[in-house]
Amino acid sequence: MAGCFTWIKAEPMGIRIVPANAWIDPARPVEHALVTHGHADHARGGHGRTVATSETLAIMAVRYGVADGAVTARYHEPIAIGGGVTATFLPAGHVLGSAQILLQHADERVIVTGDYKRSPDPTCPPFAVTPCDLFITEATFGLPVFRHPPISTEIAKLLTAREANPNRCVLVGAYALGKAQRIIAELRAAGWDQPIYLHGAMEAMCRLYQTLGVPLGNLRSVAGVPKSALAGAIVICPPSALNDRWSRRLPDPLTAMASGWMRVRQRVRQRGVELPLVISDHADWDELTTTIAEVNPGETWITHGREDALLRWCELHQRKARALALTGYEDEDD
Amino acid sequence: MQRFAALLDSLLLTPSRNEKLELISGLLRETPDPDRGWALAALTGAVDFPAIKAGTVRSLMADRVDPILWTLSRDFVGDTAETASLLWPEPENGSLEPPPTLGEVVAAMSQATRSNAPLVLAGLLDRLDTPGRYALIKFATGALRIGISARLAKVAFAQAFAVSVDKVEEYWHGLEPPYADLFAWATGTAPPPRTDLLPLFRPFMLAHPLENEAISLADYVAEWKWDGIRVQLVHVGGETRVYSRGGDEISASFPEIAGALHIPAVLDGELLVRGAAQGGEAGGAASFNALQQRLGRKTVSKAMLADAPAFVRLYDVLMLSGDDLREQPWSERRARLEALMPQLDPARFDLSQTIAAQDMEALAEIRAGARDAAIEGIMLKHRQSPYVAGRRAGLWYKWKRAPLLIDCVLMYAQRGSGKRSSFYSDFTFGCWNGDPDAGAELLPVGKAYFGFTDEELRFLDRHVRQHTVAKYGPVRETDRSLVFEVAFDSVHLSKRHKSGMAMRFPRIHRIRQDKPPHEADRLETLRALVT
Repeated sequence: MAGCFTWIKAEPMGIRIVPANAWIDPARPVEHALVTHGHADHARGGHGRTVATSETLAIMAVRYGVADGAVTARYHEPIAIGGGVTATFLPAGHVLGSAQILLQHADERVIVTGDYKRSPDPTCPPFAVTPCDLFITEATFGLPVFRHPPISTEIAKLLTAREANPNRCVLVGAYALGKAQRIIAELRAAGWDQPIYLHGAMEAMCRLYQTLGVPLGNLRSVAGVPKSALAGAIVICPPSALNDRWSRRLPDPLTAMASGWMRVRQRVRQRGVELPLVISDHADWDELTTTIAEVNPGETWITHGREDALLRWCELHQRKARALALTGYEDEDD
Repeated sequence: MQRFAALLDSLLLTPSRNEKLELISGLLRETPDPDRGWALAALTGAVDFPAIKAGTVRSLMADRVDPILWTLSRDFVGDTAETASLLWPEPENGSLEPPPTLGEVVAAMSQATRSNAPLVLAGLLDRLDTPGRYALIKFATGALRIGISARLAKVAFAQAFAVSVDKVEEYWHGLEPPYADLFAWATGTAPPPRTDLLPLFRPFMLAHPLENEAISLADYVAEWKWDGIRVQLVHVGGETRVYSRGGDEISASFPEIAGALHIPAVLDGELLVRGAAQGGEAGGAASFNALQQRLGRKTVSKAMLADAPAFVRLYDVLMLSGDDLREQPWSERRARLEALMPQLDPARFDLSQTIAAQDMEALAEIRAGARDAAIEGIMLKHRQSPYVAGRRAGLWYKWKRAPLLIDCVLMYAQRGSGKRSSFYSDFTFGCWNGDPDAGAELLPVGKAYFGFTDEELRFLDRHVRQHTVAKYGPVRETDRSLVFEVAFDSVHLSKRHKSGMAMRFPRIHRIRQDKPPHEADRLETLRALVT
């Protein structure tokens, strides 16, 4: 356990595993890629060989078509990826199929978290805390102002707003992969058994979730449904459609946005929504810091997000850390 | 406190004025005294605790949060109160005491001294959740900044208890938070507050626009409508106050006026400044632009008093030496006003002259000939009209000068808000800086978001979407293929605009699909209209 990690390189287009000549979540097509999860800024098409969980591969197939050279990784099962490196995919709790990747080489253990969260999610297995020497973490919500409330309180807000406005429909803007399905599953858990209506861009991913064994109940396309039939309904759409012409087909929609950014008033105002729902698939500040403390690595690298504050926290807690300058990751609609 | 906190959050997310009114009046109806009075005080900007400053909050946080983490958070959130509400460490095992009421907050804050204020504030913050902490800090520092005007809050009060907003305005200035007398009167448990001995604002009488009414000059008198600031001067008990249209006191911005009235009276007139652009008449009024330099200043320099001295052109008298003249006919009040003029300082006061005309046709000709920068149009007042608050049918009419028109080319469009949130409804338009066929460019000259029908809006929205050449966030740049006829009241030189000019009150008058863009007007045409 030398602690120098020379075989891992953080480069602008991704994290490179030098001895295996492989990349994690590269921003451009490469010969050999390990993909943590299916969001477009992490999973890109066109790689020569793609190692990912079967769910992530299925999500990528919906988006980019079936890829040649797909290699399925099962959670907790090490895979030799060449150059004396083994990779083990571990649940990250972010979206269906999401994984942290544990890399082992020359007696050093390195974890790349990808995106992750610690709060429970009925659509995917929970984050597995795993010891390592180097922890490469995301920091999307890496500011102490971000504390996501329990999702049950946000779902209750949504249902209360719906009940108070029987002649309107509640239109929820949510990221098409993960967020949308989690909200649907949580609505079901809260007892909402009516059909949930979907914007066209949501449909394929919801069907895939159902095919992969995530029960989402009765889902219907909003296309062709008369306005009057949608009074009192819950409709889910991508955030970009919230204030678009598309929404004119709905009966006086009460607009809601499900995102961790909704914790901050100016972000809510910029969105122009009536009902902000603080729901995120990323770790909040407490989860980020608790996870670093629990994993207790010798060193922490911080990838995308607000790395300054997390770096400062590591400094205040006498933890060795550095920020990486990676490009191409987006945080717009999380 | 939680109800008030919920109100602040709802107001922030509600674009509709009616819904805002409903939210505020709901709170005023359903919250007990004195909390509702304090909420009303906060909404009208009447809360001030000298012991609590913005710095109090910052120093409170400095003891609890690492300064670097604080700065990073504050920069991201963009608001000190909100950042503090999010970062405040929740007391372990929750709070021992229930959340404070607004009344409790006021009691604690007003007793606080500069030295124990942070401790008092911290104790209150410990008893609240995140939205409650935000509301408490906003309340305690006296700066809500949530886009609610004092007027809107008063309208909501009137709506809550089905009372006249004019009465609310009239009583308002004599009362202090938490307005127990006002609530008692509005809920019918007490007589109206006494106002006759106080320098109070009385709501203005306003005019309807003249449309197709048949008016005889035998019944109506014509008077110029001056383009300044409508003001009310109130002198009671040796003190003079100057109130603007909305009932805000502006005495400090115009000390030469406040210092010039020494007779117990309530006068209605137009505040103007002397200047060069006066249409030939010596000692006349400068344009509205000159007056704007004086507006909103808390203190006025000597140079300013000398360069842009203010005066009031008097229209009416509401009270004089203890007599309430508001029920008297206009002709009677006018006679009293004329008789009063010799007692007033002629440097500060003159009389708004009536216009002699044979009939409306002759008056129309006089109106068409008036291009004085300080004339907005003509007022027509019924000779028998009492002085009543607001607009009352048949009493006063305003007959504005015909608007100026210019043909401009649509350049940029931005989405609206509220009901218009999916429509491109804010339009920036420009004029040519030379000959368009010889390579001239369009420069923006103004922005308008009304003047069109709903059907025209749908057309414009479609046009913008089909003719977009670039997007900048919420703004789209169009291919400059559509001409608007823009109506506006006047145009002034302005350093803030690239074209060097700024329009007053521009609106889309007509959409000229028939007109090719290169035939739109040039900047020089607009410049010739500058006043």
